[in-house]
Amino acid sequence: MTAQPGTSGSTGPVTPPAATPPGRPDDRSPRGADTGGSRRPAGSSALREGRAAWILAIPFCLLFLAFTAWPVVQSLFMSITDTRSRDLRKPFSVNIIGLDNFTKALSDPLFRKAAANTAYFVLVGMPLTLVMALAAAVALDKGITRFRAAFRLGFYLPVITSIVAVAVVWRFLLQDPGGLINTALGWVGITGPNWLGDPKWSMPSMILMAAWRNFGTAMIIFLAGLQAVPAELHEAAAIDGAGAWKRFRYVTMPLLRPTLLFVMVTTAIGYLQFFEEPFVMTKGGPLNSTISLSYYTYQQFGFGNYALASAMSYLIFVVIAVVTAIQFRLLRERT
Amino acid sequence: MAVDTASRPSGSAPARARTRKPRSGMVGSSQAGRWWLYAILVVAFIAVVAPFVWMVLGSFKSEGELRQVPPTWLPESASLDNYTQLFDKLSFGQFFTNSIIVAVVVTAGNLVFCSMLGYALAMLDFKGKKLIFTAVMTTLMIPGVVTFVPLFVLVANAGLIDTLPGLFLPFLVSPFGVFLMRQFILGLPKDLLDAGRVDGAGELRIFWRIILPLCGPALATLGILTFLGSWNNFLWPLVVAQSEDRYTLPVALALYSTGQNSTNYGLLLAGATVVIVPILVVFLVFQKRFIEGIATTGLK
Repeated sequence: MTAQPGTSGSTGPVTPPAATPPGRPDDRSPRGADTGGSRRPAGSSALREGRAAWILAIPFCLLFLAFTAWPVVQSLFMSITDTRSRDLRKPFSVNIIGLDNFTKALSDPLFRKAAANTAYFVLVGMPLTLVMALAAAVALDKGITRFRAAFRLGFYLPVITSIVAVAVVWRFLLQDPGGLINTALGWVGITGPNWLGDPKWSMPSMILMAAWRNFGTAMIIFLAGLQAVPAELHEAAAIDGAGAWKRFRYVTMPLLRPTLLFVMVTTAIGYLQFFEEPFVMTKGGPLNSTISLSYYTYQQFGFGNYALASAMSYLIFVVIAVVTAIQFRLLRERT
Repeated sequence: MAVDTASRPSGSAPARARTRKPRSGMVGSSQAGRWWLYAILVVAFIAVVAPFVWMVLGSFKSEGELRQVPPTWLPESASLDNYTQLFDKLSFGQFFTNSIIVAVVVTAGNLVFCSMLGYALAMLDFKGKKLIFTAVMTTLMIPGVVTFVPLFVLVANAGLIDTLPGLFLPFLVSPFGVFLMRQFILGLPKDLLDAGRVDGAGELRIFWRIILPLCGPALATLGILTFLGSWNNFLWPLVVAQSEDRYTLPVALALYSTGQNSTNYGLLLAGATVVIVPILVVFLVFQKRFIEGIATTGLK
């Protein structure tokens, strides 16, 4: 069953947001053109249609303007002012100070540390999540015939859970003496590290947890992508003597590229904002080894430095936009 | 691609392949030779599910048992102490209610408002349509972290900090919801509209009585994803809910787990269970729709 008949085929999941926002309205609105012609002569009916459309659109538009569009604009404005928490009730008392907040953020060693940590989290976490997801998807799609639904359900389970609750549980699992993970490692003779207490291991712990929690989403999307790969292509390649790996590499992967792109982008966007994990598990420690951009931004907000926090969040946004653009470029070029 | 031409005689080629290399395992073999794959998957399955099992079991354990080294698996003497403490001493009943109210209102808002605009964008012709659509599509990608500071200032100036409306108002509509509904409604036959008009139904009545009842699958997907997102939402309720009366479950759990109860393991595991289990039940009931929703929209 397709919940989205508008997007068809294997490229289904990829068509969403990023793909072609501005181009879309043109190729999607011919309905207006062909039916408008037949209705125009009636005159009043077109008027009625327009009025009805606006009645339907108004509630969304008001809420959207107030809570999405305005904050987006305001965020940019605020980042070039010196707004602090005490200016909350008198918005006209703030001064425009140009790009000072941005230079302040970029020259702040802790902000740089947070940026490096976030990069670490994304650059290790995203490939790990994708590999796990792809392996699970391929295994479930082609490797096994029984219990497919049960495995799929189990692997997807962590995705729906609250990161906060999961982080609370994992904090106990990762405890050094007495945690479930180190106990299990002890059975096979490995002395586990002090996961969250050791600056070397704190970030890998979080990456592991993030991959564990998130690979289910990517797996489901990969599964949908894999099912769109025609079986005949595999069979033909097999006749030509291609082994399982070659078939995967030269038949499946090229067809999966749009899906891969989409999953990479959404996973990277999610990971670039990681926040709950350090909040619950480490408070950014030990030795700031897990402080993330979002967490540091939140801290600055908590200190009342609203303008600085705005500037920082805009920097995160710019990074997200750039990462998205680069990934599109890279994956598009090779097709 | 060479494989394209090779696949032409689709009737005979696979048959030949099958006779030469019986069940080569391409399309899924039932051979016992795959046992190792099952073994790996079972280990992975246990690794994924074990933390939840341990959490639920742990929530029935006493504080002393939870501190034992090595840890126990099954509780030695199961008790509901952690839960009674959670709901009597701490007000998890209140947090639970708050979470439910916010999630229900947010979900209802998204279902109604997003389907209204989605329908207008998909089927009706009006001035400003292109502008609205472009605005919606460009904000689809903007993450919450970008807007939360000015949003906080806005909500604070409206006097809504530490109120329930402050928790749900900013989330009543979502660009994603509009996109989803519009895409679905685009796939419905446009004749429905004309048939309704011929029958003399008003424009709004056509939407309400003809189009909306056909949107079941899309509404279900949107509803489930929205409810889930709201239930697990953290950053916004963390900054808006400032007195305990307004905490949602994740906020309460996070603050307790980092505050004075940070070492009260039994209590925290019970709290995590209260956050996770209701959504787990909803998930198991609607899992087919859930997974379809993820696969078709690709967003969580």
